[in-house]
Amino acid sequence: MAVSKEPSHTGEDQTVELRDPMMAALLAWLVPGLGHYYQGRTAKAILFFVCIMGTFLYGLYLGGSNELGWGRAVYASWHPGGRRLPYLCQIGIGLPAMPALVQAVRASKGEKPWSRFMAPPRPDFTEEVSDSVRGALADQPSLDELNRRLHRFFEFATVYTMVAGLLNVLAIYDAWGGPVSPEKDEDDEEEDGERDEEKAAAKS
Amino acid sequence: MESLLTNDLWFALPLVIAVSLVYAATRHESMRAILRHATRIGTWIVGFMVVVFLVLELGIWYQ
Repeated sequence: MAVSKEPSHTGEDQTVELRDPMMAALLAWLVPGLGHYYQGRTAKAILFFVCIMGTFLYGLYLGGSNELGWGRAVYASWHPGGRRLPYLCQIGIGLPAMPALVQAVRASKGEKPWSRFMAPPRPDFTEEVSDSVRGALADQPSLDELNRRLHRFFEFATVYTMVAGLLNVLAIYDAWGGPVSPEKDEDDEEEDGERDEEKAAAKS
Repeated sequence: MESLLTNDLWFALPLVIAVSLVYAATRHESMRAILRHATRIGTWIVGFMVVVFLVLELGIWYQ
């Protein structure tokens, strides 16, 4: 299904062809910018990919080390006492945050995470988890240890990766529905005025 | 001067740039319009942060 959207007030005299919005939205969720690339909006695809993936990757870098493993601020955990709500924002970025889900599912089945990358931390005594989960995560650093070793960078990493996920929600909407028309501002009105004058001059 | 260079507030700068660009890109299609809008939003965010900073500084000064 191809949907055309009328140009917004910005004077951008172009029609945005939104090729299969649902598929574009799905692709935009999986990889930032992929939905726009699918629609042929290459410049915006590159912009979204660089900005959103750059923010997410920097967050992964801040929230880890060679010793602790990388991307420790991105992990999924839903057991009572250890729910990781920031992951609900982080998953907005799609595939790049998926390893955390895989690691959490492995741990919930009592299997050891395949590496420290995005693995859940070792549960402490307040968390209600089964012995098999506790055994699977026995090698992982605890949340206390991550905070102690990474200091404030653990929080910075959480914020960076959450913001990246939330920004991708905006990009998904743009892939699905096209650009939102902003309100007119003085600059735009000035440009519209200049454009009208040029058109009038061309007609005469 | 050294404290300014090593201040944690610098971690906000990449976020301000990324948020401004992505937000502006959801409002326009042409790159020129996106950059213009992003500059405006970025300036607004930094200005807001400066105002909050000044309010906090004044609070400390009057304490």
